[in-house]
Amino acid sequence: MGMFILRRTGVMLLTAICLTFIVFIMTNLYPNLEKLAKNEGNFRMSDAEVASFLGNRGYTQGKLQNYGEWLGVLPGYVIEGIDGKTRGRCSNHGAIVEDAGRYCGVLQGDWGFSSRFKEPVLKIVATRLALTGKLMFWVLVVMVPGALLIGVMAGMREGSRLDRSLSTGAIVTTATPEYVSGVIFIAIFTSSAVGLKWFKGSATSAMENATLENFLLPVLTIAIYGMGYIARMTRASMAEVMTAQYIRTARLKGVSFANIVLKHALRNALIAPFTVIMLQIPWLLNGVVIVEVLFNFKGFGWVLVQAASNNDIDLLLAVSVVGVVVVLLTQLISDIGYVFLNPRIRIS
Amino acid sequence: MQNLTWTGTLGAYINPFFLTALCAFLIFVVAAAARGFSRADGPNPINPTPPSIALFGPTLIIGLVLWLLSLSGLSPFEILGLGNMWLSLAVCLLIGVTAGFGLFQISSELVFKLVWGTFYAALGLFLIYLVVGLFVLPETMGIVGAISKRLTPTWIALLVTFSVSIYFKRSLGLYGKLFDSPVGMIGLGLVLFWVFTALLGAGFDLIATHDPLGQVSGMKNKHPGIPLRGAEAGDYPYYLFGGDTLARDVFSRAIVGSGIVIVIAPAATVFAFMVGITLGLPAGYFGGRLDTVLSFLSNMVLAFPVILLFFLLVTPEIIESGLPKYLAVILFVFPVIFVGVAQYSKNRLKPNFLTLQFPIMMIIAIWLYLSLISEAGAVISILPPLLDLFDVPSEILVVFVSVVFVNSPTVFRIVRGLTLDVKTRDYVAAAQTRGERPWYIMLWEILPNVRGPLIVDFCLRIGYATILLGTLGFFGLGLESESPDWGTTINAGRKLLSVYLAPVLVPAFSLMSLVLGLNLLADGLREESLRD
Repeated sequence: MGMFILRRTGVMLLTAICLTFIVFIMTNLYPNLEKLAKNEGNFRMSDAEVASFLGNRGYTQGKLQNYGEWLGVLPGYVIEGIDGKTRGRCSNHGAIVEDAGRYCGVLQGDWGFSSRFKEPVLKIVATRLALTGKLMFWVLVVMVPGALLIGVMAGMREGSRLDRSLSTGAIVTTATPEYVSGVIFIAIFTSSAVGLKWFKGSATSAMENATLENFLLPVLTIAIYGMGYIARMTRASMAEVMTAQYIRTARLKGVSFANIVLKHALRNALIAPFTVIMLQIPWLLNGVVIVEVLFNFKGFGWVLVQAASNNDIDLLLAVSVVGVVVVLLTQLISDIGYVFLNPRIRIS
Repeated sequence: MQNLTWTGTLGAYINPFFLTALCAFLIFVVAAAARGFSRADGPNPINPTPPSIALFGPTLIIGLVLWLLSLSGLSPFEILGLGNMWLSLAVCLLIGVTAGFGLFQISSELVFKLVWGTFYAALGLFLIYLVVGLFVLPETMGIVGAISKRLTPTWIALLVTFSVSIYFKRSLGLYGKLFDSPVGMIGLGLVLFWVFTALLGAGFDLIATHDPLGQVSGMKNKHPGIPLRGAEAGDYPYYLFGGDTLARDVFSRAIVGSGIVIVIAPAATVFAFMVGITLGLPAGYFGGRLDTVLSFLSNMVLAFPVILLFFLLVTPEIIESGLPKYLAVILFVFPVIFVGVAQYSKNRLKPNFLTLQFPIMMIIAIWLYLSLISEAGAVISILPPLLDLFDVPSEILVVFVSVVFVNSPTVFRIVRGLTLDVKTRDYVAAAQTRGERPWYIMLWEILPNVRGPLIVDFCLRIGYATILLGTLGFFGLGLESESPDWGTTINAGRKLLSVYLAPVLVPAFSLMSLVLGLNLLADGLREESLRD
């Protein structure tokens, strides 16, 4: 087991390094850098000025070198520019500061500086991630019990009317992406055209003070899309368990149906959904981005969109690191959890 | 001229019946759900559920539904509000107990019969709107009738397809079996509806009432059914679903937008399947280092948050650098490889094949491939303009490439898993003993035998590709901002969503119905393919 975790962690690190390298290359393509230079300097720079601007700040050293500096395994550049000033990466791309270290990358805890928000990246990511964490928490609170309940009820009597109607409902929710259900919710519950106005169409105020009024719609929008998929998986697993021999034995012994479902079937039926739920979390990240943009909730997803549309290189790299770590971590947890939950599987 | 109402002058007589049937249906659905939640299929004589528990479900459901309705302040339920939320809750639950008790006096069969009866009544009345609308003026049957009339070509095509297919269904294989399952039929109906609408509406321009990009002054932000200002003799006199923020016709945009979605989503899925199959089969069959490398790559793409990938791939700066083009060069070569290898491995021993048929086929395939990727004046222009058969607009190519890129790793994983499962079967061993080459075994022994799950996944994946396309449009990536595709339209309309619903809800429901149709179709196919 220890070996397994170790190997998985190794693969995880390798994947994270490869992916951040790809993101690094893509954000550092020359057209992107040109845009960055014009944003930072002024918009009327000539091509030669752009080139010297970038050269002075170490952007033209070669991608591997730059990536190493960002990672913190190579010493940060110190360049005497064409304009005569000396700049260093570890001095915030500005004039050399005495106490700046030689290395300043992610490994040293320096995630860089956001050009869009004019703040340290680490601080932005931490605050925004906390906000999104709140959103995700409530999404999971709504989604997981709801999906499991629907799946178990549909799967306990396969082919019954209850099963058919719940399964159809689950298909409908999987066919409704967040940007569709979100706008439908906004149209019905918040617009002056329909006139119900039960909830608010913007979740900006939920960042400090989440109430039912401003937070229910974003949470529901994300939860509903994921719910259908988990419910269908739970239903399949429950239906399979209900045909097992030991359930038939229990029935023949005269155990009541409620007891069969709750005491005998449920525990075995919930192993597969656990994996599905863990693997669904990365997909929630998509929903989070859409919903945060739609409801103007300024969390992690909103930051992702801001960073990407402004080509904020440091922030974008940090965002992708977080995204990749979330994906890989949930995969790892689902694998390990599966082994613990399912006694039939033992990894040697 | 007056605004069109939803159902017109004739509809005013039918509306009361339709609304009654609809309300009755909703009430019986709640009743049936309440009954079904406690005892799904009748009482159990050996271990009867105690009445206290049996009544719990109906009480809760009916009570809470009533309570919510009373909170909403709709006119007939306002009385239940009683001025106090909690008092009202208690009263609602009390009514729930009584109603639940009453429900158990009726047999569950009767409740379900009532549900279906009212459902068919409502459906039948709705069909009257559609059918009568075909033959009368827009004023008589309102917006619903007028839209039904505009969609006449689609209805005819659907009717012909369905009657022919049902007549010949025994000789049509898996497709014919779809007509045995209601779910599959509904799904197929929805999908075909959009396919025909796209083909006849966007392809032949038989359905749309106006130019999807044309702006008419005075038609900005109008509600559905608005008469066209300054209409001339040949113009259609109404904007059926109103006008959007740029005074364009919402109905026509939705119809023409379906053309973009219906072409890109399935085509991107086909390419993703080609990539996934061409790489997944050898990875599963040979295993070893090839499998390790390919699996690592596919896991890597899958570990990328999709939206981040879109933002990285589809920004103008990246497009300028030509990266999507290079990606297209790599991804689009797989169909050529697939066709070439498949034909070679099957027919290589036939006379004349290697000298005549195979070279011709490959030349055509490679020519198509080169025409697809090369574009005069762009980063990659290999073919001289004279030989270049067609140019794909670059923004569509970018969207296409990113959807293919996101989907192919998942297909790869599915194909690899299926191959691992099937390669231990006897018929594979028999083929190996016969001395068949590996590629023949993969493409002509393994692949046909795993087609069932692949077809089902293909349907689901088209739906997913549709959702991804919408996501791209929603973030304003790729397609131009005035493109009528559904995602872009939703994005454009959401700023004024609280006042003008139609510009957003029309494309939203269109997208939802198409994806729902594909999901139901996949469900029907799965059910029918499992049956035999």
